[in-house]
Amino acid sequence: MSEKILYSYTALFDTPNQIIKAAKKVKEEGYTKYDVNTPYPIHGMDAAMELKPSLLPYVALVVGLTAAISMIIFLWWQNTIDYPLNIGGKPFFALPAYIPVTFEVTVLSASIATVVAMLFFVFKFPNNVHPLHDTDYMKRVSVDKYGISIQAEDPLFEAEKVKSLFNSLGASSITPIYYSDELVNFKPKILEPKFISFLIILFIVVSGATYITLNKLLFLPPYSWMMVQDKVIAQKTSDFFGGGSGMLTPVKGTVARGFLPYKFDKKPELAAKELVNPLMPVKKNIELGKTKFNIYCSPCHGYHAEGKSRLRGQFPIPPSLHSDKVRNWSDGRIYHVITEGQNVMPSYAHQLSRQERWAIVLYIRALQRSLNAKESDLQ
Amino acid sequence: MSDVIEYTKKKLPANWNKTGIVLFALGLILVILSFMTDVSRSSFNAVVFLTFLTSIGLGSLFWIATEYLSGAVWSTPFRRVAEFLASLLIILPLAALPSYFNLHDVFHWTHLEVVKGDAYLSAKQPYLNVPFFTIRTIAFFLIWIIFYFYITRNSLKQDTTKDQNLTKKNLRWSAIFIPIFALTITFFSIDWLMSLEPHWFSTIFGVYYFAGTALASMAAITYLVVKLNEKGYFVEGLVSDHYYSFGALLFGFLNFWAYIAFSQFLLIWYANLPEETLWFLQKWEGNWLYFSILLIIIHFVVPYFALLSQPAKMDPKRLKFMSLWILFAHYFDLYWISMPTYSEFAFMPGWIELGFIILTIGVIILVFNWKANKENLVPIGDPKLKRGIKFRL
Ligand code: HEC
Repeated sequence: MSEKILYSYTALFDTPNQIIKAAKKVKEEGYTKYDVNTPYPIHGMDAAMELKPSLLPYVALVVGLTAAISMIIFLWWQNTIDYPLNIGGKPFFALPAYIPVTFEVTVLSASIATVVAMLFFVFKFPNNVHPLHDTDYMKRVSVDKYGISIQAEDPLFEAEKVKSLFNSLGASSITPIYYSDELVNFKPKILEPKFISFLIILFIVVSGATYITLNKLLFLPPYSWMMVQDKVIAQKTSDFFGGGSGMLTPVKGTVARGFLPYKFDKKPELAAKELVNPLMPVKKNIELGKTKFNIYCSPCHGYHAEGKSRLRGQFPIPPSLHSDKVRNWSDGRIYHVITEGQNVMPSYAHQLSRQERWAIVLYIRALQRSLNAKESDLQ
Repeated sequence: MSDVIEYTKKKLPANWNKTGIVLFALGLILVILSFMTDVSRSSFNAVVFLTFLTSIGLGSLFWIATEYLSGAVWSTPFRRVAEFLASLLIILPLAALPSYFNLHDVFHWTHLEVVKGDAYLSAKQPYLNVPFFTIRTIAFFLIWIIFYFYITRNSLKQDTTKDQNLTKKNLRWSAIFIPIFALTITFFSIDWLMSLEPHWFSTIFGVYYFAGTALASMAAITYLVVKLNEKGYFVEGLVSDHYYSFGALLFGFLNFWAYIAFSQFLLIWYANLPEETLWFLQKWEGNWLYFSILLIIIHFVVPYFALLSQPAKMDPKRLKFMSLWILFAHYFDLYWISMPTYSEFAFMPGWIELGFIILTIGVIILVFNWKANKENLVPIGDPKLKRGIKFRL
């Protein structure tokens, strides 16, 4: 073992008041390299030692603000330049949506930065040995005593003077602390190749493990069982029906729901004879007809079916639907015109459902009746 | 350290009373004049006036109950300040009258002919109708005054009897009060503030009003405590640990208000439902746009940075200034909630608004002064008092 070097003189006190007094006195005497160790934080100690406020809050502030600003810039770039997506009709740069994320990132970065700064700059990590460690002094001040230690490095340090100072303050025990050069190294180890390679390995292990977990592990059983489902997967063979196909071709004559074929193709007379309006002339149906008529028919036929086109001669003007001819038509005949069109008038089968077509017929009947009211209507 | 706490009762400085009377009289004259010139606008201002006084009074009672429930000691030496402010609750029924007599000008849902033709309003009619509204408001006032009365009476009795059981009794009263407080303040804010826009609804609105209430009442307490402490009204005075507690609570509730205000906005903005966005759209048009932006700055950004650092929270001068600032911010907040209903686009505050602000300050000073001169400013019988004075973080 190499020779022992004096690190400091320590003194133990019995009460918090004594230690505060001692710290004040030591400070007054002009010592700079000294420290106080107590089992719990003692109020007023910062003032007694005239400690400067810690710099950690500034680390938190600077890192937090930087993170907040970078996050906003990142989100702006991501959502307006790199991959603009229309989300719910919101603007690409949607500040309110960014605030929660920015807030989380700010808090996370600030707290991690504070912890890291504390570890490396205050605790001098990775240096992990201190002359006071494992001494009787440290054991006592971790339980019920209050200790102060003045380092030999201090320019004012003289063993006898320090001892008598401690004595005059009423210290209960005074001991010197020695350390060996081999065990305790004050040089910062943060740039040592060993520590740096450790950091690099740690980095590789953590990011590698994350990558493997997210990209490989999750696709192995049992996680992959989630993908085993009884369903047809497009472009994949299926043995459900045999023949490898996931679906069967429909039986001949199959009709899709809501798409019954029209039986009276090019047969207006038959349609007039056989088709019957399934809707009752009640308010609900007539109102539906009115809405649809105003949307689809009124541009050419006019709001009252009188043939007052709003197309300013861009399209042949249709005849009035109040003619005797149309009035004497059956409902099925009008329905046929809407379904198939007539000469230049196009078919409306694609825009209007069957029900809507019949509702329009009802509405046309109501319009016709309004110009040719019966005696009984007026009463 | 002696065990007996030396306390001699001192009257508040005479000029407090004078200032209170002058402000009250001036405010009253301006308010009467404004009711003569523009009833509708004044009634809306009266709603702000009422809800602000409720914030201070009810918020103070909330802080008293919180102290008992949490067993806090640091605030015990100053609890009387909160108790005196809570006596504003007694005058709430009076403060409600100016707007109550003009409900028709303020609340759209009082117009029965409109309600009839409106599917939303007629669906809400079982709740939003004048008789039920009146009953609720009276019930809220009554409940608050009863709690105020019992809790402060027990506290005052302790000054002479030094009976520790009274603290226990108040603990029980506080435990009953807090859930009732949560419900009453929610429905009070729905009735008097949310129903100004009767088509609109927000389930977080009660919490939003509570956040402002807790913040504003703490600001009022902080201001008065720091001010009175300067003149030596508290036994041994405040140390930085007391200041820090006030500063931290103000800072915490500033953030809480911002959090709640933003949550309310974010959800409505995201969902983008017409019946919910109308409230914010209204505040985003005309001059109200500037008010909305100012609200964020006044109610959050400025006080946030002013109180962010630890030394700032312990600086009495900073605390005093920021307390007044926050009180103004809360008034501004209530104003921003209510007034867009009165005038939708171009709108500038004028002398009518000033009159109501002066009256509000006058009322608070007078009520506080009246109580402070009658009772002890320090709860000398409270078993927690000594620990409170010697409080160290
Ligand atoms: C693009 C303009 C246009 C629209 C839209 C239009 N029609 Fe026609 N419609 C015409 C024209 C033009 C004629 C005359 C066709 C012809 O020359 O036989 C006509 C004829 C008719 C006839 C026969 C009248 C007759 O006397 O022969 C009926 C019935 C009719 N339309 C009903 C409708 C209904 C119902 C709609 C709404 C679904 C509609 N039309 C939409 C242009 C239109």
